[in-house]
Amino acid sequence: MRYVFKTDYRQDLTLSRHPGDLFWYGLLFVVTLLIPFFLGEFYVGELGGVFIFAIAGVGLMLLVGYTGLISLGHAAFLGIGAYTNSVLLAQGVPFLITLPISGLFTAFCGVAIGLPTLRMSGLYLAIATLAFGSIVGTIFQKWSSVTGGFDGFAVPTPYVFGIPIEGANGVYYTSLAVLVFCIWLTANILRTPLGRAMVAIRDSEVSAQSMGINLAWYKSMAFAISAGMTGLAGALFAHYVRYLAPDAFEVLLSVQFVTIVFVGGLGSIHGAIFGAIFVRLLPQFIAIVRDDLPFNLGRTPGLEPALFGLILVLVILFQPMGIYGLWLKTRHWFQAFPFKRASGFRRQKSYAKSERLK
Amino acid sequence: MTLFKADDISVRFGGIRAVDSVSFEVNKGEVFSIIGPNGAGKTTIFNLISRIYNTTEGKLTFDGQDFTQTPPYKIAGMGIARTFQNIELFPNASLLQNLLIGRHCHAGTGLLAQMCFLPSARRDELRHRAKAEDVISFLGLERYRDTLIANLPYGVRKVVELGRALCTEPKLLLLDEPSSGLNVEETEGMGFWIEDIKKDLGITVIMVEHDMALVNQVSDRVMALNYGKVLAMGEPREVQSHPEVVKAYLGGETEE
Repeated sequence: MRYVFKTDYRQDLTLSRHPGDLFWYGLLFVVTLLIPFFLGEFYVGELGGVFIFAIAGVGLMLLVGYTGLISLGHAAFLGIGAYTNSVLLAQGVPFLITLPISGLFTAFCGVAIGLPTLRMSGLYLAIATLAFGSIVGTIFQKWSSVTGGFDGFAVPTPYVFGIPIEGANGVYYTSLAVLVFCIWLTANILRTPLGRAMVAIRDSEVSAQSMGINLAWYKSMAFAISAGMTGLAGALFAHYVRYLAPDAFEVLLSVQFVTIVFVGGLGSIHGAIFGAIFVRLLPQFIAIVRDDLPFNLGRTPGLEPALFGLILVLVILFQPMGIYGLWLKTRHWFQAFPFKRASGFRRQKSYAKSERLK
Repeated sequence: MTLFKADDISVRFGGIRAVDSVSFEVNKGEVFSIIGPNGAGKTTIFNLISRIYNTTEGKLTFDGQDFTQTPPYKIAGMGIARTFQNIELFPNASLLQNLLIGRHCHAGTGLLAQMCFLPSARRDELRHRAKAEDVISFLGLERYRDTLIANLPYGVRKVVELGRALCTEPKLLLLDEPSSGLNVEETEGMGFWIEDIKKDLGITVIMVEHDMALVNQVSDRVMALNYGKVLAMGEPREVQSHPEVVKAYLGGETEE
C-alpha cells in the first residue's frame, strides 16, 4: 500500500499524485510515441481511431460523468467538427487554423443546444439531444451545396508547416497530440472552481445554487466544452475516414459515445480512455469471431448494435463504475493482499434527499 | 444595528398562504431562532431568503440592500449562506472538495485561466485551500478531509454542511434544523459551535430548530410561527410561555 505524505497544499494541485505516477504515465507516453515504429499500418490506423474516440469520450465524460447531463446528440457534434474542418480546408484555409476553428464553432453549437435544454435532465434531455442529433443529420444530407449531400466529398490532405498529414501515422500523431491536450484541459478543469461547479451541479442543483453557482452559465459551459472537444475529435475523424458522408454521424455513433462513458467508468478521465479502447476494439473482435459463432449468429444483421446495447445494460447493472472501477478494485485487492476487504468499494446508500425543492 | 429585515413577506402556493405577512428584523451579531410546529412555514421562510422561492408580496433587505429580486446564485456572494434540513451535500465528492465548492462565490479567475491553470488560477486555489483548512480545523474535521461524503456518518455530514456554509465567509448564516438527526451529545456539540460562530467569527445566525434546549442555549431572540403567521417574538423564555405558542404546540380551545 502506498501512503503519500503531504506537507504542502501544492501537492494536491499537481497532476501526478506521486513520483510513481510520473514514471508510469511518462513511460506510457513514450511507448505510444514509439508504437508506429513497431506495429503495422492497420494497427496504427486503428489506434488512431481509438485516440479520436477517446477525445470525444473525454468531452462527453465532462458532460455526463461530471456535470450529470446526458447527451445522445454527440455524433452531431462530431459531424459539425468534421464538416467545418473539411469545408474550410477545401477553401484553402491552413489546418492549424481549421482545427481550432472546428473546435470553437462546435463549442458554439454546444451552447446553442445547451441553452434551450437548461431546465431538462435525464430522459427529457436525452430525447431533446437525440432530436438535435437527427436535425443536424438531416442538415448534413440536405445542405448539399456545402456538405455534398449523400454523395459526400473527399477530405483534402492537411499540411502543417509544409508537412502533409496523411496515412495512418499522420492521423495517429495528430490525434495523440490533441488527446493529450484535451486530457490536460480536463484535468485543469477538474482542479479548479469550474470542475467543482460541474460536480456540484451533478450532485445537488439546489445547494449548488446556494453556494453561488450560476446553473445556467455552468451548464452551458459544460455543453460548450464537451461539444468543443467532440468537434476537435470530429475534425480528426474527417481525416481518419478521408471521405465524409452524412450517414457516418447517426444515432448509433452517439450510442457508442455513451457506451464509452458508461463502460469506461463514469466520473473519471481514465474511464473515457478505457471506454474508447473497448468500443473501438469490440467491432474488430466481432469481425474475428464472426465466422466461428454457432447457429449462423455471425450472419445476423444488427449484431454489433445489439451487442453494444447488451453490454451497456450489463455494465450498468453489474459494474456501475465500469472498467476503471474494475481496475481500481483489482489494484486495491493487490495492495491490500493478503487482507481482502470486500467492503472497500461498497458505498453507503445515501439518505433520503429532499425532493420538495425540485 | 439591523442586518436583515423581512418586510411583510408572503408567499402563496395555489390557494395556500405558506407564509402570511411575516415581518422580522435580525440584528448584527445575534442568534435568531424560528420555532413552530411542522408545516408552520419555517423552512419556506429560509427558501424565500435564499431566493429559491419568489416572494408573492413583501420586501427582503440585507445590509441596507433590497434583494427581493436578486437571482438565487448571487445570494452567497452577498454574504448569506445556508444549510439544509435534509443535508444537501455533494455526496460523490470528498469533504475537502465540498468545502472548496463553498468557496465558489469568491472564485476570482476567468474560465480560460482555469482551463490552462495559469499561475493566477494556482494562487487562487492555494488561497481557497488555506481558507478551507481554517474551517476544517475550526470544526475539527481533519481526519475526514479526503473521505467521500457518501462514506461519512450522518452526524459528521451535518457538521460538514455547517463547514461548507462557513467557507463562503457569510455575514448571515441560515441553519435549517442543525440538530435534526443528531444524538444528545452531537446536539450539544452543535450548540457550542453555534456559540463559537457567533462569538469568535462574529456571524449573525438565523436558525430553524425544534430542540428547545438548543434554542434556549444559543438564541438571543425567538420567533414562533404557525400556519405562516407570527404568533410571538422576543426572549426565548417569554415566547415559550406565550399562551398562543403553548396552544399551537399542545392544542387547546380557540377563544373566539
